[in-house]
Amino acid sequence: MKQIKVLGPGCAKCKTTYNNVLQAIKETGVEAEVTKIEDIEEMMKYDVLTTPVLMIDEVVKVKGRVADISEIKEFLTA
Amino acid sequence: MFKWTQQFADWLIYTVFGLSAESHVGQALNFFVFDTIKIFILLAMVTFIMGIINSYFPIEKVRRFLTKRRWYGLDYFLASFFGTITPFCSCSSVPLFIGFVKGGIPLGVTLAFLISSPLVDAVSVAIFIGMFGMKTAIIYVVSGIVLSMIAGYILGRMKMEHLLTDWVQQIIQNKQKPEESIDGKPQPFMQRLPGIAKEASGIVKGVSLYILIGIAVGGLMHGFIPTGFFEAYISKDNPFAVPIAVLLGVPMYSNAAGVLPVLQVLVQKGIPLGTAIAFSMAVVGLSVPEGLLLKKVMTGKMLAIFFAVVAACIIISGYLFNLIL
Repeated sequence: MKQIKVLGPGCAKCKTTYNNVLQAIKETGVEAEVTKIEDIEEMMKYDVLTTPVLMIDEVVKVKGRVADISEIKEFLTA
Repeated sequence: MFKWTQQFADWLIYTVFGLSAESHVGQALNFFVFDTIKIFILLAMVTFIMGIINSYFPIEKVRRFLTKRRWYGLDYFLASFFGTITPFCSCSSVPLFIGFVKGGIPLGVTLAFLISSPLVDAVSVAIFIGMFGMKTAIIYVVSGIVLSMIAGYILGRMKMEHLLTDWVQQIIQNKQKPEESIDGKPQPFMQRLPGIAKEASGIVKGVSLYILIGIAVGGLMHGFIPTGFFEAYISKDNPFAVPIAVLLGVPMYSNAAGVLPVLQVLVQKGIPLGTAIAFSMAVVGLSVPEGLLLKKVMTGKMLAIFFAVVAACIIISGYLFNLIL
């Protein structure tokens, strides 16, 4: 099972990324656990500079912009 | 370069739609069509060019660059300059702030970056070129960088480290050099292009609605407010116009995309350009939501000082613009 994390303090872009992740999971049927990290102190443990960040299994895949659904699907099925 | 755009707008509105060039409706629609096409072309160009620069100097690299050695003041310029080419989202301001001070970048330099990043970005540059011409756009960019340097320097000299919130102070005490690059091999230019194009189109899409609304409101005002209308109220001679414009602008939260098209019309109708630029700097550079986010890292006192210093710098540059423009 994949561990997906969306890091971002709750701005519009972060919410879109989170929803895109949910949609991508639904469309691919991949089993995954999604965590939303909104607390900044928690977020800084990952040393991010720009949000939103999409992490899959502790690897940063996309940072500083919204990841779109097709992109996330590629990450999930790769 | 945009002659054909005007010709197209004239043809569409006056010939195809058959509206009179004398009528308010005709003028407003003509303005809307012309400006929309022009702004979107410029926007695509500027975001793409800035995207290329940003692809070679991503924020992680800028941080490494600034922490690698002592810069003896040049770091204020570097931070302000790189702030302009980094696309900014107010929700990134806190992670960015922490990431910078954690790496040992001085507080003043970090703040310089934080001021310049929203103030000057691809969107405001593109709209400035389209609405006020190249000369004014260059003045805006240069003064945005200088303003960020000066405000950052003043704030740095105030030694406000003790006014940061506790957890940030702890982070600064345990500061560490950021890890060395794990970027791997540099990508060739052609491989970077798709990513850059995607990013640029994302930015354009993100602001397009604001621009359309801004231009629509501008178009209406263009057609219906008589020329010189504001001159009676806000003139260059009124010493309070600039501070009032800035104080009105600070609590307003909008991006350059929504504000500048309206501003262009206000300038045509008699508001001095310098006052208008100061107002737009206050709107995009400082905002209540950004302040609320920054409360996570700054105490109320420091936040108030931060806003006051930046607002004061904007007011001073407003007067300067009115003198030279």
